[in-house]
Amino acid sequence: MAIADLANPSRFLKFADRTIPWLGGLTVIVFAYGIDQAMLAPDDYQQGATVKIMFLHVPSAWLGMLGWGVMSVAALGTLVWRHPLADVAAKAAAPIGAAFTLLCLVTGSLWGRPEWGTYWVWDARLTSELVLLLLYLGVIALWRTVEDPSRAARAAAILTLVGAIDLPIIKFSVDWWNTLHQGASVFRVGGSTIDPSILLPLFIMAAAFTLLFFTLHLAAMRNEILRRRVRTLRLMQASAVS
Amino acid sequence: MDAANHMGFIVASYAAAVAIVGVLIAWVALDYRTQRLRLADLEMRGVTRRSAPARPGPAIEQAKEKA
Repeated sequence: MAIADLANPSRFLKFADRTIPWLGGLTVIVFAYGIDQAMLAPDDYQQGATVKIMFLHVPSAWLGMLGWGVMSVAALGTLVWRHPLADVAAKAAAPIGAAFTLLCLVTGSLWGRPEWGTYWVWDARLTSELVLLLLYLGVIALWRTVEDPSRAARAAAILTLVGAIDLPIIKFSVDWWNTLHQGASVFRVGGSTIDPSILLPLFIMAAAFTLLFFTLHLAAMRNEILRRRVRTLRLMQASAVS
Repeated sequence: MDAANHMGFIVASYAAAVAIVGVLIAWVALDYRTQRLRLADLEMRGVTRRSAPARPGPAIEQAKEKA
């Protein structure tokens, strides 16, 4: 099956039905291995055992941003090509991205208390991450407010593209401003500052979270296509009766 | 740093992850079930898409009789 064929919702549904169980199974396996490696990883010489929170916090932060990235690409598909599957992809990604952003904020707060002595501080990294969560909630609210899916998609696409400005702000906030949050330590010029014994479990957990994201996204897209079919059929039924 | 002192924060983080991811998976699974049931209900009543093989049901039959 060519990738272009997946633009057809019926073919996409068949593809999703076949792929979701395999992707879900792979996600479980990689998660099991990742959690095992994370628990076996040594304590950090400065942070001690609390470094184990990093295996949840960092991947969820990446996935929160990836979710908005997926929505931004889909938003271009909505505005430029007006493709309904792009609308579906954007709408399906929003709650999943919001959940990962919430997890990032919760785990960051629980990591901050023992390390910084506070659950929350209004520094640039934390605030821009909170703004991302609020943007997600705004897009979800917009989808639920406008009844016509194609009109809602265009409004949400514009908000998504405007909100994408928050992604580089989150990434570079620790460089641009003096923050309590530490600077980049994984992807940075000159290589990672994290020891491989901790970095490897982090990458495995990141792979597991990424697989989880795409499994859930595929399943949520399938749900959204079915929801639109139900809507169309109900409209047909209503017009046939009246 | 004493691991025992901070075990509560570590456990709370993993519990939060299980709760948030669990709710997300449950929401997606329940939504799928709801949409499948709604579609099945409509198809049982004979309301189908133009591209799908038509099955006459009460709603469509009544509409035909009216016409």
